[in-house]
Amino acid sequence: MSFLEAKNICMQFGGLSAVDGASFHVDQGEIVSLIGPNGAGKTTVFNMLTGVYTITSGEMTFEGKDLTTMTPQQIVKAGISRTFQNLRLFPKMRVIENVLVGTHIHTKYNFWDGLFRTPRFKREEGAMEAKAVRILRSIGLEKDMHSYADSLPYGEQRKVEIARAIATDAKLILLDEPAAGMNPAESAELLRFIRELKDKGYTILLIEHDMSVVMNISDRIYVLDHGKMIAEGLPQEIANDPRVIEAYLGGEQKHAEGN
Amino acid sequence: MAMKKNTNRLLSSFESFCYKYRYIFAVIYVLLCVSIPFLGLNRVQTRLLMMIALYAMLGMGLNVLTGYTGLVSLGHAGFYGIGAYVCALLQVNAGWSFWPALLAAGVFTAFIGLLLGLPSLRLSGSYLSIVTLGFCEIVQMILKQWESVTNGNYGVRNIPTPHFFGIPLTAKNGGLLLLIVVLATLTALGCLALKNSNTGRVFFAIKDDELASTMMGINTSRYKIVSFVISAFITGAAGGFYSLVNGYIEPTNFVFNTSILILSVVIVGGLGTIRGMVFGAALLQLFPEVSRGLYEWRFVVYGLLLVLMMRFRPQGALGWRSTQPYHLSKQAKQILAQPETKKGGAA
Ligand SMILES: Nc1ncnc2c1ncn2[C@@H]1O[C@H](COP(=O)(O)OP(=O)(O)O)[C@@H](O)[C@H]1O
Ligand SMILES: [Mg+2]
Repeated sequence: MSFLEAKNICMQFGGLSAVDGASFHVDQGEIVSLIGPNGAGKTTVFNMLTGVYTITSGEMTFEGKDLTTMTPQQIVKAGISRTFQNLRLFPKMRVIENVLVGTHIHTKYNFWDGLFRTPRFKREEGAMEAKAVRILRSIGLEKDMHSYADSLPYGEQRKVEIARAIATDAKLILLDEPAAGMNPAESAELLRFIRELKDKGYTILLIEHDMSVVMNISDRIYVLDHGKMIAEGLPQEIANDPRVIEAYLGGEQKHAEGN
Repeated sequence: MAMKKNTNRLLSSFESFCYKYRYIFAVIYVLLCVSIPFLGLNRVQTRLLMMIALYAMLGMGLNVLTGYTGLVSLGHAGFYGIGAYVCALLQVNAGWSFWPALLAAGVFTAFIGLLLGLPSLRLSGSYLSIVTLGFCEIVQMILKQWESVTNGNYGVRNIPTPHFFGIPLTAKNGGLLLLIVVLATLTALGCLALKNSNTGRVFFAIKDDELASTMMGINTSRYKIVSFVISAFITGAAGGFYSLVNGYIEPTNFVFNTSILILSVVIVGGLGTIRGMVFGAALLQLFPEVSRGLYEWRFVVYGLLLVLMMRFRPQGALGWRSTQPYHLSKQAKQILAQPETKKGGAA
């Protein structure tokens, strides 16, 4: 049994089949990339996995648990967390508060502890803050933690979103185009950070357009086109797969091989 | 640009000044409160200060729902009225003394807040506002029509004077003013604690992005209801106090205009802040005092003020963001004090 397994999953919006019988799996500790042209259905796959959409048909399991019947909250608690293609931070909250919201499901004090500032509140809130600070430091956001999220540059905001996803203690992290809007230096740093996550034992499913990132970092790659998986394999295989080149890479072939 | 930088610096030094001397300010505040009965305030002054403190408390109540969680209610006069009637009727009809009646007013109103919160979960934005508006009208109808209990249009009269360890609390001896100042202060402290705990943090997260909150594993429905309950509790308790102000209450004290006045306090003062509630209450209570001629037009003026605020300063008069760093716990500071290791574990 795979860590994450999807079999023949379908998502229809009215007459449109956004995801049409796709199957894939992710093993523990892997970095797997999901690529494909715009509108292929990649983000929709994430929305299905995280319970934003109720899938039309198919099977999805995570560590043997059936994801199709779980609420988004249960899925997060089971250990899957994500970022969004179009940033969805809490813009008017501070960076550290954003990450603290990520730790929320593991809060070990209740409403009354918070209201009366009990020792338990102080201890547990302190522990949550310590955890948030550690995460922020590891992703290089230590200096920004007091800033309000919407005051940061785009690339930094993306990192806050990743930090927030990590804070849920997820085992599997879904990253939806994390390098979008980053300059080459920033995406190189992101690459390093994602590798570090893997070293720490996280499993990562990545949607990414930046081929230099994808080819460099992925253990395996899936290619989605018009809602169907058209190819699967190692980065080298994908880069040379004629179906992929036709559907997706096209003129970009050189670019992909250039790395 | 340069001007903005300057205001920011000014704000920053003002905030650090306030923070540095916060204990001194607290002592001065307490001394001022304790000396209320000896200040020799006249009737008009006492009443004005009572209304400011009362509306600051009402503002804080609505602020939990609207300022923190982002749910706009046009029906808080309903909660206010329920609190006032429960408190008054328990005393007049059931012979309760004031203190348990006040608590019961808060708790019962909180329960109604729970009931109103449930159907409101599926609604957002204007739809929610319309439901709350309907709620206010229903409360109004019940207060008027259920004569056997509420006494209808005639209202509840002869509400007794509360006593605190044998001392009567009246407008004349300053006791009532002291009472509402204490209630408002407790509310402010409660709101502050709420804001700095996980519950308040989740409220703000829901206001900023509900889907993202859900994706953090947060049961947003549950927290929206909690927000309704807390908001209703505070508003109901404020209503309980209001029943003492004139010694009588009637349904027309709790009409739609009252809801608008409470909402104005929140929006004019500054959504999500506590200082803003005090400022907004003071501004809106002082306004009719200084411009008697405009009294009839005050709701037109409030409405205009709301529109202008929404357009030009949506964060409210005092709704600035703190320029101070987040107050980290000792544990977090310890981590920061350690030298950064190459593998500063994320898990
Ligand atoms: N909620 C929705 N309702 C209707 N159509 C949708 C919805 N979400 C996605 N789609 C459609 O599904 C297709 C795949 O979209 P998406 O998953 O965002 O693609 P990708 O992320 O690969 O660029 C697109 O044609 C898009 O318009
Ligand atoms: Mg997408």
